[in-house]
Formats: sequence, structure tokens, C-alpha cells
Amino acid sequence: MFKRMLMTGVAAATFTAMTFSSVSAACSNDVWKKVMERGKVAVGVKADYKPWGYRDTDGSIVGMEVDVAKAAADAMGVELELTAVQSSNRMQFLEQGKVDMFIATMSDRPDRRKIVGIVQPNHYTSGTNIMAPKALGFKSWEDLRGKPVCGKQGAFYNQVVTERYGVNVVAFTGNAEAKQALRDKKCVAWVYDDSSIGSDLSSGNFDDFEMPLKSEDDNPWAIAVPLAERDCVFGNFMSGLVFKMHQNGTLIELEKKWGIQPTQYLVDKAKAYGDWLAEKK
Amino acid sequence: MIEMFAEFFRQVAEDYPRWNFIFFHDPRQWARVVSGIQYTIWLSIACVIFSVIIGVVGAWLQGASNVLVRRCVQGYIQFFRNTPPYIQLLFFYFALGQFTPSVTGPDGWTEVPLISSVGWAIISLSFFAGAFNVEIFRAGIEAVPESTQEAAESLGFSRLQTYTNVVLPLAFRVSLPALNNNLVNLVKTTTQAIGIAVPELLYECVGIWNDYPSALYPTMLLLFVTFIVLVGVLVYGMHKWERAMRIPGYGG
Repeated sequence: MFKRMLMTGVAAATFTAMTFSSVSAACSNDVWKKVMERGKVAVGVKADYKPWGYRDTDGSIVGMEVDVAKAAADAMGVELELTAVQSSNRMQFLEQGKVDMFIATMSDRPDRRKIVGIVQPNHYTSGTNIMAPKALGFKSWEDLRGKPVCGKQGAFYNQVVTERYGVNVVAFTGNAEAKQALRDKKCVAWVYDDSSIGSDLSSGNFDDFEMPLKSEDDNPWAIAVPLAERDCVFGNFMSGLVFKMHQNGTLIELEKKWGIQPTQYLVDKAKAYGDWLAEKK
Repeated sequence: MIEMFAEFFRQVAEDYPRWNFIFFHDPRQWARVVSGIQYTIWLSIACVIFSVIIGVVGAWLQGASNVLVRRCVQGYIQFFRNTPPYIQLLFFYFALGQFTPSVTGPDGWTEVPLISSVGWAIISLSFFAGAFNVEIFRAGIEAVPESTQEAAESLGFSRLQTYTNVVLPLAFRVSLPALNNNLVNLVKTTTQAIGIAVPELLYECVGIWNDYPSALYPTMLLLFVTFIVLVGVLVYGMHKWERAMRIPGYGG
């Protein structure tokens, strides 16, 4: 009896030791350590996606996601180095170590989770919509069938709307080019994130345009760290940061600060993660 | 057979998640690749032909007696040789595209320009490579001995006749190796047409690897292989041509 218990204990201990050692072997925390040693964290952000990440009049990159990056660097106690990334190269930049993480309006998709370390919880959300001239009066996605619609290379919904509605997506490398093509009447609409279109429309530069359709494929955004460090210090740290920013309402405040239309998503998250003691006060 | 081929690459994608040769087992992606290659070939052929024509005509105009014509040719060369082709493309498509006539589409909004994005890519890239071709042909023309031209003149040839019958055939042979280099560069530069959304091979490939991040490496590999083959065919053809046109005892 005693012998048997001993054996079980030894087996359990060995098993625990093995699991622990395998975890510590998996977590080299290379990038995290490098960031701490250099005292500088390289964060990839958008530079053409107002107001989440864009160039201010003096050329510096500012925006809501940039503020999140700043909060992360401050909490880590390191300097922040911003790198402008594109939808079509952000994951490669992270994989190659050109950036240590990115906060670049990326939709959280299953195939992307295999490539980069996507951090939970998601920090924002957006759906797909179009910006189209009021004159055309589009009512439904079906109205776009067979018509040329400007898009942005790297957006996952280019393929979705092509296959679902037979839209002829003409994808440009940058947002500015695509919107210019819409103004030049080279296409009937610009398909993009509803959140970005909303802020473009409220900027007053697109008075003859509207966002007429119901948003589709509402998809949360995510911050990404290197895949190997998702379940290690770096990933866990960023998870905690995003959680807190939801909980204490920082993200909602940032949304307000940058003049973004309030999303129910942030309100729901703030409620879901709410501090039960704070509620009692 | 094709099914086995597709099955093999489906298995590869499962065993090695970073090596998803999606275009070998998904017919839709394969169609994108094929259409991209067609556009690239079409762009390359059109640009090669037009740029050579621009080179031949430009080199002839460079020897014109009219100062203004010579200055214009020189200005053209300086402009197109000294600015990046990508910026030329954007400028042609977005800025000059505004001033070209267009037809209003059936929806009453879209302005279908007479020159499409493919058209602008051909024009812009041809002028870009043409500027280099003018200089290449000029070098060839300068290699033709003055005495040969004088001999032609003394036989009663006009300036144009001397150029087309005597100078150009000789100059062309001298220019071929340098022309070869420039045309190879031109074929590779067609990928920059992605900037104005010409659906050539790079455009389609970027689309594929954005939709399927697991297909990034295989798609890049596909780009390399396709261009090695395309440029290989061009170089092979040019070498054959060079050999066929060789005059024993003349040139290298």
C-alpha cells in the first residue's frame, strides 16, 4: 500500500517536474529580455489609419493605438520606438524581429493566430463597410455585384466580399491611394473597416459620401507579440495591460479622446471585466 | 494525376504549416496566379516593344539638326532616367489620369478612363525604360565610324535613309548586350505596377499571402521561379538574336 502510494507520488512528481521543465524550456523570453536589456521596445503601429495610428502635422505618429503602445512602454519602464507597418507586412515584421510587438488595427483571425502570438483580450473591434458616393444610393451589398470597388491590400475581407457578393475589388497598397481612386471615380466605393470610414466621414473631407450598408463580419482586433512568447512573460504582460485598460475604462477614454464613434464592444468589455468591489462603492 | 499532385501539396501544407503551396491545391488561387502571370507577360511584352521603339526614335532625334528637338530628347531622358519609376507610375496614373478623356459608366458615377491602369503602366514603364534605351542606342550609333556614314551620304542617302539602312543596323548590333540588360530590368520593374493596382503577378501573390499567411514562403518562391523563367526566356531569345545578327569581323 505504502509502496504503491510512493510510486504514485514519484510518478506525479516526475510528471509535474517534466511539465514544469518543458514550460520553462519553451519560455526563453528572448524578446522580452532583449527589450529589457536595450531599455527600448519597438512597436509596429499604423501610420495611415486615422485616428488609430497616423502621422500628425509634425510627422510624428499619433493615435489611439499609439497611446496603448505608450502605456505598454511606460508600464515596462522602457523607451518606446514606433515603426510604421502596413497590413500586408506587419506579421512579417514581427516574425523577423523588426518590431517586438504590434498594435496595428489587426483583425483577430484563426489563420493569423498560427503565425503571430495574438494577445487576449481583444482591444477593439470593427466590421466591414463601404464608403460610397451618396449619388449612387447603395442599399445592400448585393448592389455591388460585378462593380469595381477600391480596397486595401492585406485586408482579409477583400476575399470575403469578392466571394460572397461577386464584388470586383481593386486593391491598392495604401489607404490614401485607394481613397484618391474613389474620388477620381475609378471605383464605386471603398471597402474598409467601418470604424475608419466613420472617422473619415466625420472629418468633413468626404461630404458627398456615406456609409450606407449594414456592417458585416464584426471582428475584434488584437495586439500581437512573437508567437513563442504568447504564453510567456511578454504575452501575459500585454494580456494584463489590455485587461486593465478595459476594466478601468482607459480604452473608452481613449476612444473619446480621439473622437471615435463609441462602440458597444468597449462598454460590454468594461462591464464584463468590471471590478466587483468598485461596483459596491 | 492532377488530383494526386494537389493531394501531395495538401499533405505538405498539413505536415509543414509554413509551406502551404495553396495555389497547387486550391483552384481559385491557381486561377489568380495564372491571371497574374498573364498580366505580367502582357505588360512585359508591350513595354519591351514600346521602349525599344522609343529608344530607336529617340536616338535618331538626338542626331537631329534642330536644336529644340535635341533639347527635348535630352529633357525627356533626364526626367525619366533621374526619377524613380514607382513615382512616375503614381504620377501618370493619378495626376495625368485626371486629364485624359473618360466615359461615364452605366452606374452614372464611375468614370471609365480611356487609358486603364494597365495602359498607364505600359506607358509609364515604356517611357522609363525608353530613356535608357535612347542612351544605349546613342552609344551604338557613336560606335559606327564617321567614314561609313560619309560613304552613305556620298552615295546620295538622305539622313533618314542613312539612319535606317546603314547606321541603325550596325548600331543595333553594338547595342544589343546593353539593351539586353535594360530589358531584363524592365521585365522585373513591371512588378511595381502593383502600386496602381494592376493585377499582375506580384499583386495576385500579395493577395494570396494576405489571405493565407501560411502560403507566404511558397508564394515568394513562386515569384522567384516565375521571374527566373520569364527573364531566362527573354535572355535566351536576345542571345539567339545577337548570334543570328552577328557580322563576322564586325564588333565583338
